[in-house]
Amino acid sequence: MSELAAVVGIGQTHYKTKRGDVSIAGLVREAAQNALDDAGLTFDDIDAVVIGKAPDMFEGVIMPEIYLTDALGANGKPMLRVHTAGSVGGSTAIVAASHVQSGTFKRVLTVTFEKQSESNAMWALSTPQPFSVHLNAGAGGYFAPIIREYIRRSGAPADVGIKVAVKDRLHGARNPLAHLQLPDITAKEVEESMMLWDPLRFLEACPSSDGACAMVIASEDLAEKGPKPPAWIRGAAMRSEPTMFAGRDEVSPQAGRDCAADVYAQAGITDPRKELDCAEIYVPFSWYEPMWLENLGFAPEGEGWKLTMEGATSLDEGGDIPWNCSGGVLSSNPIGASGMIRFAEAARQVRGDAGDHQVPGAKLAMGHAYGGGAQFFSMWVVGAEKP
Amino acid sequence: MREICVVAYSQSDCKSNAGMANEVELIMPQLQAVYKQVGITSAQDVDFVCSGSCDYLQGAAFAFVAGVDALGAVPPIKESHVEMDAAWALYESVLKIRMGQADSALIYGFAKSSPGELPIVLSQQLDPYYLATQWVDTISLAAMQARLMLEQGLITEGDMAAVVADSRRKALQNPQAQLSGETSTEALLNEPHYVSPLRRSDCCPVSDGAAAMIICTVDKAKEWGVPYARITGIDHRIETHNLGMRDLTDSVSTRQAAARAGVADGPVDVAEVYAPFSHQQIILQRALDLGDDTDINPSGGVLAGNLMMASGVSRIGEVFRRIVAGEAGRGVAHATSGPCLQHNMVTVLEGA
Repeated sequence: MSELAAVVGIGQTHYKTKRGDVSIAGLVREAAQNALDDAGLTFDDIDAVVIGKAPDMFEGVIMPEIYLTDALGANGKPMLRVHTAGSVGGSTAIVAASHVQSGTFKRVLTVTFEKQSESNAMWALSTPQPFSVHLNAGAGGYFAPIIREYIRRSGAPADVGIKVAVKDRLHGARNPLAHLQLPDITAKEVEESMMLWDPLRFLEACPSSDGACAMVIASEDLAEKGPKPPAWIRGAAMRSEPTMFAGRDEVSPQAGRDCAADVYAQAGITDPRKELDCAEIYVPFSWYEPMWLENLGFAPEGEGWKLTMEGATSLDEGGDIPWNCSGGVLSSNPIGASGMIRFAEAARQVRGDAGDHQVPGAKLAMGHAYGGGAQFFSMWVVGAEKP
Repeated sequence: MREICVVAYSQSDCKSNAGMANEVELIMPQLQAVYKQVGITSAQDVDFVCSGSCDYLQGAAFAFVAGVDALGAVPPIKESHVEMDAAWALYESVLKIRMGQADSALIYGFAKSSPGELPIVLSQQLDPYYLATQWVDTISLAAMQARLMLEQGLITEGDMAAVVADSRRKALQNPQAQLSGETSTEALLNEPHYVSPLRRSDCCPVSDGAAAMIICTVDKAKEWGVPYARITGIDHRIETHNLGMRDLTDSVSTRQAAARAGVADGPVDVAEVYAPFSHQQIILQRALDLGDDTDINPSGGVLAGNLMMASGVSRIGEVFRRIVAGEAGRGVAHATSGPCLQHNMVTVLEGA
């Protein structure tokens, strides 16, 4: 019943530790302008603006759409701000798409960002709360015990995380926008980096980045009018579950499995490893690659690590299902934008516009994001062919 | 386009201090109330859930995550969140239903504003480089707006006091109101100025609480066998953040949204406008072109109690209530966000 929609423009900033050369408004404007240029459009062609980012405390700006109205050319237009924790970049793309898929608007600009250098994410995540146990753990400390449980269950060898850390940084070295540029990274270097949260070492964790990502999503009748081919949205889904409940499987959350099943059904996919050409999956800590390979149905339970070790997810090793060819979250992590970067990079692949990290002939790709205590999921599948 | 309607609405009492109750405890009774209105038992019985809240009011990143605990989201649900008033959560839900991905949606908004100094907390939604650093509070900005109107002869302080007196009187009929009573324009004008030209009574109170709503397709409402009010128009528009570039005595974005929502396409029996300050009700009345035949803010409006992140969706709920009660055939609800009415949503509701 929903109208067809497609990504017709993609714009990103460089990802860096600190973008001291621009304000927050300058940062989002840069990504938005790049997306409009990519689509051959101007701000006047946009009907509505949808923004997303992780918690407001990361920059200290409450409801930033209020301040960013002018920078994003939204005066006199509808403007919406999505916030669904770490999955927000993906959720924002999905909400933006619904503006078109509902038949309400023709062209929507969507922008996500994080300027982590403006504040302190660790502080923002650790403010003490009344009635709650005070956690000072941060994301790595939170996820490390869950990873250990994955290792216990699957019997995966100790170096799987190291392999992912190297693979994604080699992918990132192909992407000039990536924050970390480590073309010479070795397994030994990763193994010898400081242990932060056992089993996660320093080089197995994502960086902290400034950056923004933007897309223009257009209706069916306008999708093929741009200078580049569109990436058709073939399916999109979101799922949420509580942080804690009795019997919750934190290693392979039900919300992730359900979300994947939903998006595959919409896209007509029965075997994701075989039918998808590549995927951009939210892997902020190395071990989440094998865990999500299983959660998303690319590998049977307990065997995700085997795909990783065989090189199936590596572009450099000629794998059959390359994951995170852009370098992934392990190479760039402007938190609120990280999910949208996954969605946008999947679209770049099927548009044949991914530069040196292009998967040759990619026609169908998946973007994925998760957040909170691995409880919020958003995913989409985009294709070169009109559904 | 699919016809969408409101079928359930509940709002908590507006309390100046909810005490030990946390956000989940504020939300739960409202969810239970709307479930009961349509005869369902949990969020599992709707197709989509969307909420509105603000981390800064709770003083915690990801404050909304706790809200999921109120939903019984096991097995997992289709759920989203806006860091805005829940009126915009309703907007997202309307799009989801229009595109056919849902037939029904649960919407809720909540905040516990009392622990902080709300007007000062909200100064941090201003431009972080030039304005937020000066900690200009919301009351001072609104006072500046009221001053402009007075100096241009667009209103008098008596007009503002009349808005307040009307709100207090109507709120006597609203058991959820925080401020109500019989008062007169003269008595209000005898109060001292607070932030000139505003008196305390010109400013909405700080309230804790939550509101919930269920919307669905008209077909679904019939299946549930419940009364409903159709959403026949909905639109929202934002304006420049630079106060110096806006005509603060008018609300252009309200006019734009009203035109697209089709406010003028029929009589407006009732209107609920989100005016946190008395003079803003006059601006909105004029922008929506509401005449004497419209009952404005029969609930008392937010001058009688302002549930941050829920007051916008509550305006829609108050109009819904009056339509299904047969008190009105067609009504308009307005929601706002940002300093001096920067961002405005207009919804038109009509009886079945």
